[in-house]
Amino acid sequence: MRIFSLAGRRLAASIPTLFLILIGVFLLLQFAPGDTVDAMMAQMGGGDAKTAEDLRRFYGLDLSVSAQLGSYLWRLVRFDLGFSAIYGKPVATVIAERLPATILLMTASLSFAFFFGLILGVVAARGVNKWPDTLISTVGLIFYATPSFWFGLMAIVVFSIYLQWLPAGGLSDITSTATGIWAVLDTARHLVLPTLTLGLIFLAIYLRIMRASMLEVLNLDFVRTARSKGLDETRIITRHVLRNALLPMVTLIGLQAGTMLGGSVVVESVFSLPGLGRLAYESVVQRDLNTLLGIIFVSALLVITVNFIVDLIYARLDPRITSGA
Amino acid sequence: MEIVRAYFRSPPAVIGLILLLVVIAMAVSAGWLFPRDPLALAGRPLVWPFSNPRFPLGTDNSGRDIAAQIFYGARISLLIGGVATIIAVVIGIVIGAVAGYYGGWVDNVLMRITEAFQTLPNFLLLLVLVAVFGSTITTVIVAVGIVSWPAPARLTRAEFLSLRNREFVQAGRTLGLKDLKLIFGEILPNALPPVIVYASVVMAVSILLESALAFLRLSDPNVASWGNLIGLGRDVLRVQWYVSAIPGIAILVTVLAVSLVGQGLNDALNPRLKGR
Repeated sequence: MRIFSLAGRRLAASIPTLFLILIGVFLLLQFAPGDTVDAMMAQMGGGDAKTAEDLRRFYGLDLSVSAQLGSYLWRLVRFDLGFSAIYGKPVATVIAERLPATILLMTASLSFAFFFGLILGVVAARGVNKWPDTLISTVGLIFYATPSFWFGLMAIVVFSIYLQWLPAGGLSDITSTATGIWAVLDTARHLVLPTLTLGLIFLAIYLRIMRASMLEVLNLDFVRTARSKGLDETRIITRHVLRNALLPMVTLIGLQAGTMLGGSVVVESVFSLPGLGRLAYESVVQRDLNTLLGIIFVSALLVITVNFIVDLIYARLDPRITSGA
Repeated sequence: MEIVRAYFRSPPAVIGLILLLVVIAMAVSAGWLFPRDPLALAGRPLVWPFSNPRFPLGTDNSGRDIAAQIFYGARISLLIGGVATIIAVVIGIVIGAVAGYYGGWVDNVLMRITEAFQTLPNFLLLLVLVAVFGSTITTVIVAVGIVSWPAPARLTRAEFLSLRNREFVQAGRTLGLKDLKLIFGEILPNALPPVIVYASVVMAVSILLESALAFLRLSDPNVASWGNLIGLGRDVLRVQWYVSAIPGIAILVTVLAVSLVGQGLNDALNPRLKGR
């Protein structure tokens, strides 16, 4: 229970941050040339000034900035994100439709990056300055420097166009009528390339951190004690070192959550996945500011949620956090 | 000079420096090797690399010389990496220094703002900035700088927190030095080295951010940027994949070079951390 109260307090502390973000972005959007109504008029192929004025009144765009901000925040508190003129639906509905794909992609990429980052980091640390370490570190550096969208395109060229092993885009086969387990497998197949693409840069970061923290923990006194007790090396690594070396890795998940969401904008565009990132891109292009603000609100909530979960995991891994101070 | 010798003792650092010098040489020689506008039509569209000596790297969808775009693109990437990094580091240093030096409510407020920036996915913020202020090369550079300052700010703050009560600062205070003089004249020079080393990370990320933006066609379309070319090549990916492949390698090499140099500097400046 202590864990929850501790993490809960951290969660409460992020509420002012959330408001700060929303106020900041709202004010920023006031600088935008043109508004939703302009975009709608353009889509309709023009219209007279009277219609525009009516529409502006309808969407509350004729009020003062502070009044608009006030009403926006008041609606947000009730989780009403407004109406998307471009999609003709409430913003909350549009986002809810797009959120699952992004969460699926993020979870898959994170698991991929974390798992392989951990293993490669351990292998590199155990053979420090020998060839496995050099090889893994070099590959990690190259992954880190690779632009994800470019990697995605090249993966499409190799795996979708030439080898024809994997689909080049979308979340499922439109022509397939598969249900149950086959539908799941179909989606999984579609997610392979996007997951690799989004996960690659994080894999590079995780393996570097894992390697460094393994090296640090391996030099600590308790490891020497364990060795002198005659424990075998595998047991020392799994039982004693890993748990401690994992702490920085877990911290990193929280820090990288936002970056990963940002990365999904590009990856979802490359693989035309119907996710939040692509929605963000579309609303920028179509100047659908209501939707854009909604996405930013939901992204911030997502990042805060990830950090909340990270706090819980952290407390489990490191009992010192919940006992004592 | 010990630092220089330490730097050159590490092979990856030397490789990184050589690669970086190659990219710089490309940027400098672009105007001389390719006197024509790199975005002007030069020949038949979609000439494969190495098939026509006039276009060593081929031409893109509309018949523009890819080699010329790669060389001019080096200018854009270095410009963006350099200027955006300076913007991010300067904002970060000022905010981090003030927060770390004064502490208390000033620190609280500034760190809340920093946290807000870190909670917001920086690529999303970049999209908003570009949507609002347009995507000329200047606004893109400034926007990339603005989304990248929180990490340097935190680093600077941490340095200031550990330095602000040292003897030399207290001595300065007893001598009656003004806060500004203390912050920028006395503490900052001591806090700077780790921030400078970290700048290489900011630079690498800045180059990647702009290329992603350009790929999505939200950066300046009127400059020869590598990201633009990759986005263009995407339309002909099925058969003419080289249009996207070549500029991607250029980005990879540049980011790799910057990262290697940064790591080399780090190892040379902090020998204790070597091998991490």
